[in-house]
Amino acid sequence: MAHAATHDHHDDHHGAPKNFFVRWCMSTNHKDIGTLYLVFSLLMFFIGGSFAMVIRAELFKPGLQLVQPYFFNEMTTMHALVMIFGAVMPAFVGLGNWMIPLMIGAPDMALPRMNNLSFWILPFAFAMLLSTLFMPGGGPAGGWTMYPPLSLQGDSVANLVFAVHLMGISSIMGAINIIATILNMRAPGMDLLKMPVFVWSWLITAFLLIAVMPVLAGAVTMLLTDKYFGTSFFNAAGGGDPVLFQHIFWFFGHPEVYIMILPAFGLVSEIIPAFSRKPIFGYKAMVFAIASIAFLSFIVWAHHMFAVGLPLGGEIFFMYATMLIAVPTGVKVFNWVSTMWGGSMTFETPMLFAVAFVILFTIGGFSGLMLALAPADFQYHDSYFVVAHFHYVLVTGAVFAIIAGAYYWLPKWTGNMYSEFWGKMHFWNSVIWVNVLFFPQHFLGLAGMPRRIPDYNVAFANFNMISSIGGFLFGASQLIFVGVIIHAVWFSKKKATDRVWEGAKGLEWTVPSPAPYHTFEVPPVIHDDELAHGHVDD
Amino acid sequence: MTSGGIRIKAWVAMACALFCGAAWANPEPGQLNMTRGVTEWSSEPYFLNNVALGVCVVIGVLVFGAMFVAMFRFRKSRGAVAEKWSHNTMLEVVWTTIPVIILIVLAYLATGGLKTFADTTGSQMTVKVTGYQWKWRYDYVDYQGKAVEKVGFMSKLDRESDETRQLKSGMDPYAVKVDGYNTYLLNVDEPLVVPTDTKIRFVITAGDVIHSWWVPALGWKMDAIPGIVNAAWTNIKEPGVYRGQCAELCGQDHGFMPIVVKAVPKAEFEQWLAAKEQAAKQPAAPAAPAAASTAAAPATAQVAPATAPQG
Repeated sequence: MAHAATHDHHDDHHGAPKNFFVRWCMSTNHKDIGTLYLVFSLLMFFIGGSFAMVIRAELFKPGLQLVQPYFFNEMTTMHALVMIFGAVMPAFVGLGNWMIPLMIGAPDMALPRMNNLSFWILPFAFAMLLSTLFMPGGGPAGGWTMYPPLSLQGDSVANLVFAVHLMGISSIMGAINIIATILNMRAPGMDLLKMPVFVWSWLITAFLLIAVMPVLAGAVTMLLTDKYFGTSFFNAAGGGDPVLFQHIFWFFGHPEVYIMILPAFGLVSEIIPAFSRKPIFGYKAMVFAIASIAFLSFIVWAHHMFAVGLPLGGEIFFMYATMLIAVPTGVKVFNWVSTMWGGSMTFETPMLFAVAFVILFTIGGFSGLMLALAPADFQYHDSYFVVAHFHYVLVTGAVFAIIAGAYYWLPKWTGNMYSEFWGKMHFWNSVIWVNVLFFPQHFLGLAGMPRRIPDYNVAFANFNMISSIGGFLFGASQLIFVGVIIHAVWFSKKKATDRVWEGAKGLEWTVPSPAPYHTFEVPPVIHDDELAHGHVDD
Repeated sequence: MTSGGIRIKAWVAMACALFCGAAWANPEPGQLNMTRGVTEWSSEPYFLNNVALGVCVVIGVLVFGAMFVAMFRFRKSRGAVAEKWSHNTMLEVVWTTIPVIILIVLAYLATGGLKTFADTTGSQMTVKVTGYQWKWRYDYVDYQGKAVEKVGFMSKLDRESDETRQLKSGMDPYAVKVDGYNTYLLNVDEPLVVPTDTKIRFVITAGDVIHSWWVPALGWKMDAIPGIVNAAWTNIKEPGVYRGQCAELCGQDHGFMPIVVKAVPKAEFEQWLAAKEQAAKQPAAPAAPAAASTAAAPATAQVAPATAPQG
């Protein structure tokens, strides 16, 4: 620390480097790297979204009109991989990079050079992944779950595996950085139980990442050796077991879905108190709920495999464990509602997205509870009901929370207020069309439409058409978001104050807007009433 | 294909789905809920689905209701002043305990269903199902304790659907019909014929990649995995033709791998099986006519029968 401070002394007075390449490609500044992550994730959101548009266009009516079935499978696979590893996870890392040092009073991330590397791996990983679409054998088409033996039939196994390895390395480095920052760089007086819930949620998420990304790396490496080196981990003819892959994959994959939602819980737990002008209800319960959800996420992986032929005892164990998750999740939802109760609420765009998150994520949680019931899952499994479920938790959950966070901190990042009118336009269009898009998919699944099919019986036609219309309009609505951001960064005339929102508490609101290139070079003095949860008693 | 007609039918079906809870065999336009199914066990997932949905709706109404009340009552624009409290132990204990009790009830209901499904003993018939890219193979193993001689066949997407589904075929999916029921992508060249009122054990496996055998009217799906033999059972109570599809991504023609189960009364099934066994003994003779003669019989079936199971 002391060494770094003296070494960088020259920069401290001069702010950001003027040279574009030096500033954006060689950056070790948490704010610039956060921005890079966020811009990258927005780009990936649109690339992944364009794949979704291909899917919804093909499913607009019965019969194949646009693409061959194999290409359709490439689109479903790539849509998922890009959205999960390219859009949602980097967006959270970007928000974490930007905000965690500001929220705990640290001058930067603990490992700034590694921070640069963990970002710059990503463009290469996705270039490798996306380039497979232009190769003779085509891109991966075996689903994002990569179940063998199907995934081994493709020609892009090596590219897929190496791209996943790179994403995993990036995620692990990002997670190590976040843990090191949170545990070592908090300003004096910033006790663990005074940290904002967002910081808590990222700390727990980072441990999940470190625990499970190596598991994924192992699973895909076994795929690689099965494909090219004649091993038989998953090949029944050689003594292997295709179900083994599913166990390993979901031991990664289930915590992964919580990696994509826990930081969202943290974001919403910042935003709702700010616009309710009331501290979060049950701060400790919120932290404890996140930790219990993270723990439970490790022991429920086989609920993705109820139809795989598990023994009765296994089905019962995984069903009960999965149902248990409803308890801490319920606590979180009740706490958000209680935070609003008795508050003094205003509904700026971040709050609108946060409130929509609570309602729509809860709907996704309800279908999750239904899916947990193994006998009913024998019907739901691999149907559109599942598609509806995980899009409710990932789009109206994770993505809505990210958008809420972006609006919440955009004035802090840019120094300018975004256009509230266009923010609200973005919100109402998003919230209406996302429901038109995903709600009918529950009905499709219940009626018996399997997922990942490019064409369907005419009985499924009407809801698919409604869903596609919702999809196109939801996709188009996101262009408003880009407009709002461009306007706020370069064209907005309205300057943001330091404490942008009346009810916002926390250290990030004590620094100027835009946040200077270097902040907290001298650790801040913590006043409990300045913190979101500083006055937690008992 | 008048859209008005379709819309009316959809509304009727929707009303039916909401209010009569009718047992359907096959997907209907506008269908909103799961099928009750037609087997001894299939009401389990249907019942659980409805109970869980009911629980979710009640909790949803309470939670979202409280939220909306809060959003209208505690607005700054209405002069609301934020209160200071930020926890309430009593409330927190209550809203942790009540969900636990609800979950225990749901878990109890679900466990019973799981146990009955896992019990494949006492079956009167065994059918081996093998998934291939992209067709199903059915082998009749035994019936009423007696081994079945060489009865087995491949079952793949019917020709009409297959031609219609080609990219830019210009053919109308709405025109693919069997007995007035649209069977686009839900019909096969040769269905699995099984007897009603018989506990049938399915042993399910695959020859290449993982598939999943799913007929919603039977109430379950089961993965077909190479190197592994899974077991499941069914006991169909109503004669009819029940349609489903492969439910696990299995390659480019995953969407074109339907399953058709034709349940017929025992006597009729025995005739069909005997004819099949007979045909297997004389490989030169064409098998189709014998099978076709029995196909017209189930006129009383509630669901219109599919095309005759011709080879």
